[in-house]
Amino acid sequence: MEMNGGQALVKALEREGTEVVFGLPGGAILPVYDPIIESPVRHILVRHEQGAGHMAEGYAHATGRPGVVMITSGPGATNVVTALCDAYMDSVPVVCITGQVPYAAIGTDAFQECDTTGITMAVTKHNFLVTEAQDIPRIIHEAFHIATTGRPGPVLVDIPKDIVDPRNPRSAMTWYEPTDDIMELPGYRPATAGDPELVRAAAELICKAERPVLYAGGGILKARAAAELLALAELIDVPVVTTLMARGCFPDSHELCLGMPGMHGNYTAVTAMQRSDLLIALGARFDDRVTGRLDGFAPDAKVIHVDIDAAELGKVRVPDVAIRGDCKLVIAELVEAVRACGGAEAQPDRRAWRSMISGWQERYPLVYEQSEPGELLKPQYVLEVLRDSTPDDTIVTSGVGQHQMWASQYWRFDHPYTWINSGGLGTMGFSVPAAIGAKVGMPDRMVWAVDGDGCFQMTAQELVTASMERIPIKVALFNNAYLGMVRQWQEMFYEERYSEVYLSYEIPDYVKWAEAMGCVALRVESPEEVAPAIAKANEIDDRPVVLEFRSSAGENVFPMVPAGQSNSDIVVDPSQR
Amino acid sequence: MTAAAPAAGHAAPADRFHTIVTTVENKPGVLARVASLFARRGFNIESLAVAPTADERFSRITFTVDVASSSLEQVVKQLDKLINVVEISELSPAESVERELMLVTVAVDAAGGRRHGLLELIDDFRAYVLDEDQSQMMLSLAARPARLDEFEERLRAFGIVQLQRTGRVALPSLGS
Repeated sequence: MEMNGGQALVKALEREGTEVVFGLPGGAILPVYDPIIESPVRHILVRHEQGAGHMAEGYAHATGRPGVVMITSGPGATNVVTALCDAYMDSVPVVCITGQVPYAAIGTDAFQECDTTGITMAVTKHNFLVTEAQDIPRIIHEAFHIATTGRPGPVLVDIPKDIVDPRNPRSAMTWYEPTDDIMELPGYRPATAGDPELVRAAAELICKAERPVLYAGGGILKARAAAELLALAELIDVPVVTTLMARGCFPDSHELCLGMPGMHGNYTAVTAMQRSDLLIALGARFDDRVTGRLDGFAPDAKVIHVDIDAAELGKVRVPDVAIRGDCKLVIAELVEAVRACGGAEAQPDRRAWRSMISGWQERYPLVYEQSEPGELLKPQYVLEVLRDSTPDDTIVTSGVGQHQMWASQYWRFDHPYTWINSGGLGTMGFSVPAAIGAKVGMPDRMVWAVDGDGCFQMTAQELVTASMERIPIKVALFNNAYLGMVRQWQEMFYEERYSEVYLSYEIPDYVKWAEAMGCVALRVESPEEVAPAIAKANEIDDRPVVLEFRSSAGENVFPMVPAGQSNSDIVVDPSQR
Repeated sequence: MTAAAPAAGHAAPADRFHTIVTTVENKPGVLARVASLFARRGFNIESLAVAPTADERFSRITFTVDVASSSLEQVVKQLDKLINVVEISELSPAESVERELMLVTVAVDAAGGRRHGLLELIDDFRAYVLDEDQSQMMLSLAARPARLDEFEERLRAFGIVQLQRTGRVALPSLGS
């Protein structure tokens, strides 16, 4: 079938199963926006390209399907770079289509020209510059294949205007079905199962360990391996820590779950890793926010490291057994190998380890002091009420900072794919657009964006998108008038010298602003107003809601492992010292 | 330029530099991807040579990495993640044949009556004279990189005007 490149691009996206595209048109991508009118693919018109990128990420996190972005050349492309980098750091499958100036104009500093593939090379898993209309179906298929297989990640496809513009003869092409056998990727071989020898060696280490900990990372969710992890943990009866990227991959309510480790992890999760004699790292990457000072991290632990990306094995901590493979397959193999070694009966007596752990849990639970009458709200309290007044499978997204840490600490994640945040890059402003993307992908689920006032001001304009597109997300906005996490560091490490962190409670007026963007908005200032406001928000399902929680500015996140220090030097809440 | 004293510390220990041979897709931007990766991950490239292979769909990038400052394992694993990199092999000096080409212009009149000595040196190293005039001689030598180092040292006595090396290329030796 003869068609033009623009039609072929839209058709190729349909063939890849795309149900929604997050985007914003402009000069170079204009010809592709014409066939979008007839396409069954839903297009969501964002207000800034960064928003499109984070929406695609939120969509991908929530559904497991790749998020698709379509934007124009030059500033459109540069605006999405933050979101691409975010997706790259957190291994989120995103396919980003960017318009480009006509092929013959590339390199001439044409209007809205930039070297998009050059700029995004370091923040994508791969990118393409398409030079011929005939290549479009194949390259789109390759882009989706690369984005979704192996260690997932963002892939960008840069498309010069002439090959999609029906008025240009260079756009003529003959359609063909994009199938796996037409891909030309001789250098791409994603890993699958683990080496049985290594799996056996890992099982033997497990069956000898007296103080083992399962260290579950975001790779568990990417591999859709939550069921396998549960089976392994229960078989060997070993406690599980879930990293910031892995929250929800193992139920917080499960007796083996220790919760989040790391800089703001709870005392038990941090200390159990620290005192462990075997860390079983599954889809985790020994991030500096988890390990603290590396030479003091888990000094007595042997390490089994399973990852689909060979470059993660030994990058930070040299493992005793390194298994390259897909977590879902390798954990299933590990379960079999442990059974072959004698299974549950072959495990050493770990009662002493368990009682140590429960001792820490009793002595150092997460704590905060409820506010006195007349004081502003404690975010921890609000999050507990929100958690207890929303369905179990509510999807929570978060920005970056104190509110993110409190949300991760105080929520109870009992289902995979209910927690969506920016872990690796730490992108402020992630929450609102990610919530929109998640709600688009999971329209029947309640979606709450937990956000801070600093973050909210970075991407709030996407609430206009949500209102116009009838995407009823809910925002819990913690207004403490500060860039709170930076304020906390200045209080603790810069002798309370507060430099450029004050934002103001009153400006902007968040309620008026949210209303101006088409949302229902409420301001909440005292504990007794919290539950009724949330109940009201939960009833609204035809437009976005913003609840502004006026929060106490001096509240700090504990526990904390100060940057550069060992996890053994964890600082607990002042009341526990 | 003074006479024959060999410059100290020029040649590095042979095992400090490892040669990595990659077969890559012959597409625009592939060299930029490799270079960008090296810059981003903080790897140091000692030398680099790029050319198409016998199969025009692929090129070969041969580079030498200083393993004293970069983890060889990380270099290989990170390169392997580049979609356009098809194959990687690491060649230790013992298991490979390495060659490099040098072009060098030497001042002849500065050598005065020692022109004869220069011709002897050229014979010894089996170098070629590519061009010459009253005052200068242009030479080429293709040999093991260490042999080029040695030749370069010996030429210093005559006065090097310009010197250009290609970076090494390598293939596994037949017995390995």
